[in-house]
Amino acid sequence: MTGGFGHVLDLITRVRGVRGAMLVAGDDGVVVAEQLMEGIKGAAVAALAASLAGRLHRAMEAAGVGASVFWHLQADRGTLLVVPAVASGILVVAVAEPDVNIGLVRLELLRAAETAG
Amino acid sequence: MTTRAVESWTLQPLTEFVREASARLVLLMTPAGQVLAQSGFSRAVDVMSAAALGAAIVASTNELAKQLRQPPFAALNHQGRRHGIFLSTFALERGTVVVLAVYDLDVSSLGLVQLFYEQLAADLTAASPKGGAPKQVLAADFERELSDSLNTLFGR
Repeated sequence: MTGGFGHVLDLITRVRGVRGAMLVAGDDGVVVAEQLMEGIKGAAVAALAASLAGRLHRAMEAAGVGASVFWHLQADRGTLLVVPAVASGILVVAVAEPDVNIGLVRLELLRAAETAG
Repeated sequence: MTTRAVESWTLQPLTEFVREASARLVLLMTPAGQVLAQSGFSRAVDVMSAAALGAAIVASTNELAKQLRQPPFAALNHQGRRHGIFLSTFALERGTVVVLAVYDLDVSSLGLVQLFYEQLAADLTAASPKGGAPKQVLAADFERELSDSLNTLFGR
């Protein structure tokens, strides 16, 4: 499901080691568009990433450091990378292998956020 | 937050749903508005109103779907400024269960409620007693049954 955002998601999924990319409505936690490998539960990732984004946003505000522009969660078997597109309220999410080139994915997420925004 | 059940097998799945989805108010009921369990309500009159209104919405959306020659709507979500209302039904062997959930947009979201609603439906299906339809409430017994249910739901 890409809903006309295929070209935005292509920017991310073409990076080696990325297993999927999604655009998520930040307020609702529902999937706007996704390109995911089999086995990734898109709806669950979207809902939980949006919930986390909301909490992080409040934490950043409370700390007086401004809005987050990129977050990276490293787990044993993979990585979750998120860039919030502030203007549109969309979250650009990538699920990747643990050894993915983080810098490159970050760059593509920021590009995708700019396009989606 | 208080969670109470008329049908005890609904209690554990409902408690988990409330915790995971951070729902503020939840009602489990039949399409006729008979309450199976509730969470977060503090007054019996609110439960009665919410059950009646929820059942009415389910009935009218089902009828609308019929008019459109479509299968019944899977779920309905209404989002206000501070709260969202999620209403959905699923089928058990014993009959259809209606779930009405109210959530704060500050602490939850449609995505979270939908996600854990699927888990709730699966848990209730697993926990539901097998065989035999639930006892039907006759019109003559309705008031007494309602009163008994409310007493259970509010621990009187």
